[in-house]
Amino acid sequence: MPIQLVLFGAVLLALSGLPALFSRRRSSWGQVVSTVIVLAGSSTGIVGIALHFFSRYLSAPLFFPWPAVGNSVVGLDSLSAFFLFPVFVMSGAGSLYGTAYWPQKEKGGSARRLQMFWGLMAAGMVVLLLGKHAMAFLLGWEVMALSGFFLITADDTREETRKAGLIYFIATHISTLILFALFTVWRLATGSFSFLPVSPGSISLGLINALFLLAFIGFGIKAGLMPLHFWLPGAHANAPSHVSAMLSGVMLKMGVFGFLRVLTLMPVMPAMWGWMTLAFGAVSGLLGVIFAIGQHDLKRLLAYHSVENIGIIYMGIGLAMLGRAFGHPEWTALGLAGALLHVWNHGFFKSLLFFGAGSVQHASGTRQIDRLGGLGRAMPWTAAFFLIGSIAICGLPPLNGFISELLIYAGFFHSLTAGTSGGTAAAFTAPVLAMIGALATACFVKVCGTVFLGLPRGESAARAHESPARMLLPMGFLVLLCLVIGVAPYSVVPILEQTVAAWAFPSGLPSPAGFLPLRTFGWISLAVAVVSVFITGLAVFLGRKSPRRGTWDCGYAKPEASMQYTASSFGSSILYLFHHLVPSRLQKSDLSQVFPAPAAMRSHIDDPVLDQWIRGFFRRLRSLSTWFRRFQQGMMQYYILYIVVALFVLLCTLIPFRELLESLFHHS
Amino acid sequence: MTELLNAILVVILVLNLFTLGTSRIQSAIRMVAVQGALLALIPILIREKFSLTSVIASVVAVLLKGIVIPLIMNRSLRSARIKREETPLIGLLPTVIIGAVITGLILIFSKMVNVPGGQTTTLIVPASFSTILVGFLLLITRYKAISQVLGYLVMENGIFIFGMLLVEAVPLIVEMGVLLDLFVGIFVISIITNHINRAFSSLDTRRLDSLKEE
Amino acid sequence: MKNVLIHLLLFLFLSPLLPGIINKTKAFFAGRKGAPFFQPYFDILKLFRKGLVVSTAASWIFMAGPIVTLVAVATAGLLIPLGPFDSPLSFTGDVILFVYLFGLARFFTTAAALDTGSSFEGMGAAREVTFAVLSEPALFFALLVLARVSGSFRLSDILHGPIGGVNVHTVAPFVLVSIGLYIVMLAEASRVPVDDPTTHLELTMIHEAMVLDHSGPLLGMVQYSSSLKLFILGALLLHLVVPFRAPQEWLNWLLFVAEIFAVAVSIGVVESIMARLKMKKVPYLLTGALILCASGFILLVR
Repeated sequence: MPIQLVLFGAVLLALSGLPALFSRRRSSWGQVVSTVIVLAGSSTGIVGIALHFFSRYLSAPLFFPWPAVGNSVVGLDSLSAFFLFPVFVMSGAGSLYGTAYWPQKEKGGSARRLQMFWGLMAAGMVVLLLGKHAMAFLLGWEVMALSGFFLITADDTREETRKAGLIYFIATHISTLILFALFTVWRLATGSFSFLPVSPGSISLGLINALFLLAFIGFGIKAGLMPLHFWLPGAHANAPSHVSAMLSGVMLKMGVFGFLRVLTLMPVMPAMWGWMTLAFGAVSGLLGVIFAIGQHDLKRLLAYHSVENIGIIYMGIGLAMLGRAFGHPEWTALGLAGALLHVWNHGFFKSLLFFGAGSVQHASGTRQIDRLGGLGRAMPWTAAFFLIGSIAICGLPPLNGFISELLIYAGFFHSLTAGTSGGTAAAFTAPVLAMIGALATACFVKVCGTVFLGLPRGESAARAHESPARMLLPMGFLVLLCLVIGVAPYSVVPILEQTVAAWAFPSGLPSPAGFLPLRTFGWISLAVAVVSVFITGLAVFLGRKSPRRGTWDCGYAKPEASMQYTASSFGSSILYLFHHLVPSRLQKSDLSQVFPAPAAMRSHIDDPVLDQWIRGFFRRLRSLSTWFRRFQQGMMQYYILYIVVALFVLLCTLIPFRELLESLFHHS
Repeated sequence: MTELLNAILVVILVLNLFTLGTSRIQSAIRMVAVQGALLALIPILIREKFSLTSVIASVVAVLLKGIVIPLIMNRSLRSARIKREETPLIGLLPTVIIGAVITGLILIFSKMVNVPGGQTTTLIVPASFSTILVGFLLLITRYKAISQVLGYLVMENGIFIFGMLLVEAVPLIVEMGVLLDLFVGIFVISIITNHINRAFSSLDTRRLDSLKEE
Repeated sequence: MKNVLIHLLLFLFLSPLLPGIINKTKAFFAGRKGAPFFQPYFDILKLFRKGLVVSTAASWIFMAGPIVTLVAVATAGLLIPLGPFDSPLSFTGDVILFVYLFGLARFFTTAAALDTGSSFEGMGAAREVTFAVLSEPALFFALLVLARVSGSFRLSDILHGPIGGVNVHTVAPFVLVSIGLYIVMLAEASRVPVDDPTTHLELTMIHEAMVLDHSGPLLGMVQYSSSLKLFILGALLLHLVVPFRAPQEWLNWLLFVAEIFAVAVSIGVVESIMARLKMKKVPYLLTGALILCASGFILLVR
């Protein structure tokens, strides 16, 4: 039953775009009908998932008679169901958000396309999650990837969007190619394309390592792990906000899912794999958040934070892999539970933040943080929701980010006290996680403070207005989810237990709840939250009659909004700490004389992978190839000369040189 | 009959050198026309095949190469209002010397090239090679588009000579096909020459380098 | 139960005495008489009686800042054991909650600072979060060392570990970690050489700058929470430095009180003999603390 429900939901999602596609260009009913169908599809899917988890219904795999792809098999297991939940939630929430953010009445043709591909992308994700055969998987993958491209370039009138879309396109196809290679090697090794666990000893170690590397890189590109993340910032920044939410919150997780799925099929797990995953995860997390601090564009900042959170997820997975390699089920249980919960958590709060960013863009017309300010007064609900999202993403109690990081920390702690050297080395990354948390706090205080608090720094910020209810409702729903997981983590434990159990561990896995008293955490979080909210409410109520004066300005004659601390200044002190790792370029005009002319200062951080490595490589290649330009004279005569020379050389091969030489040097 | 063949081939070679040496385009056209007509007559004169197909082929070839094509080229020459070719990069006299040297070298070394079915007594192989190379030389050293067409025609002649080596009688279809090719090619090129002239106000193909990527 | 009560009493009512002791120590060094020991109490009570003035740029976050800080720090105080006794709230994994409660407090303090729309608060907030980036991993390394020695994930067990766990292998790491923790304590409690609590130059403040605009009860809450924080961090440090335990319970409590006063005196001494570091040099100091704690960890596990 559950799998049929899920599939029906997927079909609804796939077809949801059609009403919008066939409606008139600027009508409004087309989008409304599409959204209703999407919501229906999502709800059906969620019911299916709930049935799977709570009634522990084991669905039999379904066969689709399609000989060309080997009678594609789809099946629903706990891992798939776990990842399906964010897909359905986000597609529904985003669709509702999109009716107000990207209305067909205003945007016309691009909105129709968006609706079409929105449903297709979600359906593609469902297929790839359910696929138990390489072909079904790849089918879903490609549909998702291509729909993603069209969604990103929905507003293709801007050159930035087009460029970002192209880079995304290239990256996703590199990843697909690597996946082709992966499945080819898989077929070579196991003789079939089905996703069945491999028995130990049936394939050589070299092939297994090759499979792992291909999966790591191929899925890593899609997941946005550093240094394979180069397409992420541009794509997520330039896409419409609800698309960014879907991409960041859900599509990246498909890469994580693919990686996990391949790992469940592996018979052995060398420790090196775990080290690699842990190391890349830690680097990704740290560098992702450092880059995020240096961004001026709100959505680009959030995109880099996605890189950071994917890093955290990979750290948890790395710990789980090490647990499998060293034979410690508790590391695996905790690390994997933390990573999986973080998949959900990140999906929820990142989408919430992107929705908030979209509202900000919708209201003020700009994404530049340093031009905003004081929006909290004009958009109180959006500001409150964004604030809650920020607290969640920093991993602070009482919200959900804390719980998933807690699980990963618990995993590290167990690895520390296990007594093996491998474990203690792994625990070295726990302070890295702490540093990531502190950096994330810094970054989001900066964002919240600069965008919503203080005074408006520009015209566009002063004219902001609150978003319509259709944009606030999805945000509120996501806030609710964050809160629930934060104060009642025990509610998701059964789901986590089942999912973690789907991970192939020879001796079975203990429940993560056995290691931590999640109930206690929940109660304390609830208490802190309730007490704080109560006292703050009391204070606001009592203080509403208190006198209001201008902020203390140290006696300046004419304080202005532009004197406020900007986000760039806030971030520069932190970036200075890391300026060897992340050099930032500063452009400023010189100030001279007593009353200088108006000046400007700009700072910019290059993304090293995209700007320095990839673009630099191609730039050097181009400069090398200009040496060959000298052969292009533009004159036909030279080209014919080249032909004659080539012909002559070819003819010379006919000459019997040996006989010639012999006859020349022959002494009679 | 080999002597007559060799005699005609020697005339062809001499015509090559004259074409290289003249800067008057009209005389070059005339020489190439004579060359083509002579070559077309060889099968009849030498092989003494008087079958209907070969006669028709020869007649058509003579008409085409000797009359029609020069006519077309003269017309485009008149519309472009040019009479003389500019001095090529390496000068007319050096071009002739190079042509002669090439011809001489080929005559000497042609013995070494083993061509299947090659009768080493005739001059067919060296004549064809040298004509082709002279055609190339014309293409390389001349600037005006019309002269490059001449180079192309000379190359065609050289290939024809080589063709005579391989088959006793060129089948009618192939012959007709080649002639058609030639005719259409010249026709198109004359139109293009007109356009080049209009676009660049000259037929100097060096101007085409403005199309180069920079 | 009795111990829980004493814990709460000491924590809630003894903490403001610590800044008083520090100030008296500094006055002694300066040859002055100084303010009375109980001056901080008088200040806090006076502030609660005063009225509130709010900036025109501020929103509800301005009020939430000190309140959430107080709630978070108070909760953290319930988690930390004093002396040889367990904390009132003790469960597996409370270490992480402890550290992250401070993070929550920091988030709201800095957000409230940015709420005022003034550049001084912004500057202070930027510095505060920058130093946190370095001090949190240092704290974590210290806790990891302790966790490894004690083999537990409960704060009470971890901090009681050094009593029985001090042996030839662990003495060196403990020393290193103690120094690192001392520096972190100075940073978190905004004491010289990281920040000067008595300076009035806005451009040089960190913590004081962030709360520049608060007044009345809110400012009282801020001062109270900072004394609570000092108490907690001092108690944390004590576990490492002084493993001495007496057999009787009441003697332990007295000993604890004496020890925490000693910590306050030591901070006063440090404040008197050292000058405040240049702002650019503070990251070096904190990186030094991080390296010390990390070296302690490496020494322990090699």
